[in-house]
Amino acid sequence: MSLELAPEPGRREDLPLELSDEQESVKITGFWMFLVTDVLIFASLFSAYAVYRPRVATGPGPLELFHFGPALLETLLLLTSSFTVGIAIYEMRKGRPGGVMAWTIATLALGAAFVFLEIHEFASYAALGATWHQSAFLSAFYVLVGTHGAHVSFGILWAVTLLVQLARRGLTPVTARKLYTFSLYWHFLDVVWVFIFTVVYLMGKIA
Amino acid sequence: MPPFARYLLHTLFPPDVLRPTEVGADVLILATGVIIMVVMTRRHKWRHLWTEWLTTVDHKKIAVMYLIAAIAMLFRGGVDALMIRTNLALPGSPVISASEYNAVFTTHGTIMIFFMAMPFIFALFNAVIPLMIGSRDVAFPRLNAMSFWLFAFGALLFNMSFVIGGSPNAGWTAYPPLTERVFNPGPGENFYFLSLLIAGIGTTMTGINFVVTSLRMRAPGMTLMKMPMFVWSALATSTLILFAFPPLTVALLMSLIDRLFGSSFFTLGHGGMPMMYVNLFWLFGHPEVYIVVLPAFGIFSEVVPTFSRKRLFGYETMVLSIVAIMLLAYGTWVHHFFTMGAGPTVNAFFGLSTMLIAIPTGVKIFNWIFTMWGGRIRTTVAMLYQLAFIPTFVVGGASGIMLATIPADYQFHNSYFLVAHFHNVLIGGTLFGLLSGMYYWWPKMFGRKLDERQGKWAFWLFLTGFWITFGPQYLLGLKGMTRRMYTYPLGYGWHTLNVISTLGAFVMGAGFLVLVYNIVYSMRNGERDLTGDPWDGRTLEWALPSPAPEYNFARIPVVYERDAYWDMKEKGQTLANSLTVRDVHDLELPRNSSLPFFLGLSFFVVGFGMVFSWWIIAGLGFAGVAACLVAVGFDYRGPKRVDAAFIRGTEVALGRLRA
Repeated sequence: MSLELAPEPGRREDLPLELSDEQESVKITGFWMFLVTDVLIFASLFSAYAVYRPRVATGPGPLELFHFGPALLETLLLLTSSFTVGIAIYEMRKGRPGGVMAWTIATLALGAAFVFLEIHEFASYAALGATWHQSAFLSAFYVLVGTHGAHVSFGILWAVTLLVQLARRGLTPVTARKLYTFSLYWHFLDVVWVFIFTVVYLMGKIA
Repeated sequence: MPPFARYLLHTLFPPDVLRPTEVGADVLILATGVIIMVVMTRRHKWRHLWTEWLTTVDHKKIAVMYLIAAIAMLFRGGVDALMIRTNLALPGSPVISASEYNAVFTTHGTIMIFFMAMPFIFALFNAVIPLMIGSRDVAFPRLNAMSFWLFAFGALLFNMSFVIGGSPNAGWTAYPPLTERVFNPGPGENFYFLSLLIAGIGTTMTGINFVVTSLRMRAPGMTLMKMPMFVWSALATSTLILFAFPPLTVALLMSLIDRLFGSSFFTLGHGGMPMMYVNLFWLFGHPEVYIVVLPAFGIFSEVVPTFSRKRLFGYETMVLSIVAIMLLAYGTWVHHFFTMGAGPTVNAFFGLSTMLIAIPTGVKIFNWIFTMWGGRIRTTVAMLYQLAFIPTFVVGGASGIMLATIPADYQFHNSYFLVAHFHNVLIGGTLFGLLSGMYYWWPKMFGRKLDERQGKWAFWLFLTGFWITFGPQYLLGLKGMTRRMYTYPLGYGWHTLNVISTLGAFVMGAGFLVLVYNIVYSMRNGERDLTGDPWDGRTLEWALPSPAPEYNFARIPVVYERDAYWDMKEKGQTLANSLTVRDVHDLELPRNSSLPFFLGLSFFVVGFGMVFSWWIIAGLGFAGVAACLVAVGFDYRGPKRVDAAFIRGTEVALGRLRA
């Protein structure tokens, strides 16, 4: 008996488009691993926030600073955008690039509105003199929520480049994989926001 | 002089970079640079350098670049060490000033951990992991190149600090308030935070790469429990990287914005808390200890079976213990600051969790001994490092248990006892492991063996030098000498031991010189490895010619047994005698890319601009980063096709295929 050799990999037609090519599906595994590191980034920021929340020095505390209105609106926008990106992936599975484009654009619009509101919120705090120089609490707040906001902003720019690629190349295993990882990223940011809303805003108003 | 020029001169060349030692080093750097430039230009090698090395995505070449960087950094870290020891040789007669000393021990620690141990580990991962698991490359070859260039430019940024601007000087841990801007206004600590952030991104990406490589790229038939132990150690190490580097990133980022943008995380005023930095840093720092030692464990688990001609004893328990260490590593960080006053309950928990790690580690030590038991042992250089590792590491581990005993730690803390302990495990564990791996896999990387006789000289100098250096330091610690003191008065009874320790350091330095001579000599005169299997190896990398061709495997074999290549040899079915012309087909390989290099360069520009708060330069760097990322997104060039005729020709030339 001679040595058995592995067959060279081929396409898997029985799997969804983004998983059909072995190399592209490996990249999705890699993206999950990236998300692990991002979870840890936010975990570290949350732990810092928890430690720093009572350390308000001479600045305002969460109770005086936060208002439910903008936070609630931001939550609504981001949760809806998670739903729309879900539909975009549904459209991708159905093989309809037009639907993917439309729902991704809707997602980005909601995301942009979210970022706009957050910048507005930050600016209004800063106008009251509540800058991160004032206290450890404010430093932790701006960096935790700001890191999330920076992630959303990066996601928007990323998705714009994906839309251009989709328009040029249509749905291929490569573009499908990219859109799929973008949707993972977007859902992840949504989950993080749920924690921010709970830990920062809800618990801040109750305590 | 116009004010702008005066500002520039003052910022780039403050008094502390114009001392004779620094200027001397600058002259040497310049001279070396000019010589390299001239030689490269004379021999018309620039194009070759660019196309074959700087833009490569081949894991084998990236491994070589990591190795060169690691050895260069070992040199710089070693020179720092000799400066430290020279200063302490005699009481009350420092050669360098306190401020220079602060810079030197800071760069020694930082370089040895981040810019020597880490790239050395990645060099060996890159060199052999894909070959061991029967793969043509890592999971993400271009990302792999990006990791390398981020590391390289991070290292460049860090090493620039003593030439322009001034070195970091707050210890390798960079605790606040030593790093707080009001107390430490120069750019030195900015260099530290930025270069570690940049290199840290690269390391995180390497972690992702090797987790996915070992999970998804294995040859058919190689189940997880048939993976070579070195691959297991890579998987465990990379998983630790994924979990450990993010807290470091956060800690560094917070310190940096404290310094540059006036936030109040770790400041003494405004409710800031320096202890939070210490927690976050060691939340990374303790797993980091295992990040650098687990690969050494993996290397020994390959070296011992090969040079004992026996299969590894207790493979399953080896896997279990490596996973146990990986999990426990994440629950021990507080033992680095028992004295900070977290309270007896917290301290007791972390003391116990620290001692628990001794159990899986002990299992591994016994397994290596039982593997050697009754084996036919060959004392090659690789094996000698392993034989020296066991007693050295056991002593280091035992002193670690002493440090984990909390009441005693209040005495040991920050003394030379601690310094001796961690050098004992880092040199006796990590460095011996890495050197063992280097001697073992050198023929696979370069096609020639390292000369064994010279290697043994280097080994014995290193080992004896090591014990002469660090043995006395345990005693110095018990006599009350604390770390990071730049000089000490006569009359404490520290004199003799310090002289001995310094002598030992120079013996180690001599060992390093022999090692470098060994490498240079063997590049030309080393014994050629024509079989691809110089040590009678057991794992798949030895099935390939040395060095392996660009595509590694013309065909990937199906694996049945744990020691896959040993199994093939026993059945007489090696790749060398089983391939036929019909088996060879066209292949696709990842295409070279210049983007990783430019991405690293852009990050370097960002870092450089931010160190001096020159925002226009930093902004240009950020634009470069963004441009590189967009270019990556729009890079739809397919893989490079390698046609069957070429592969057949190569395999025939290598004697692997009958024409």
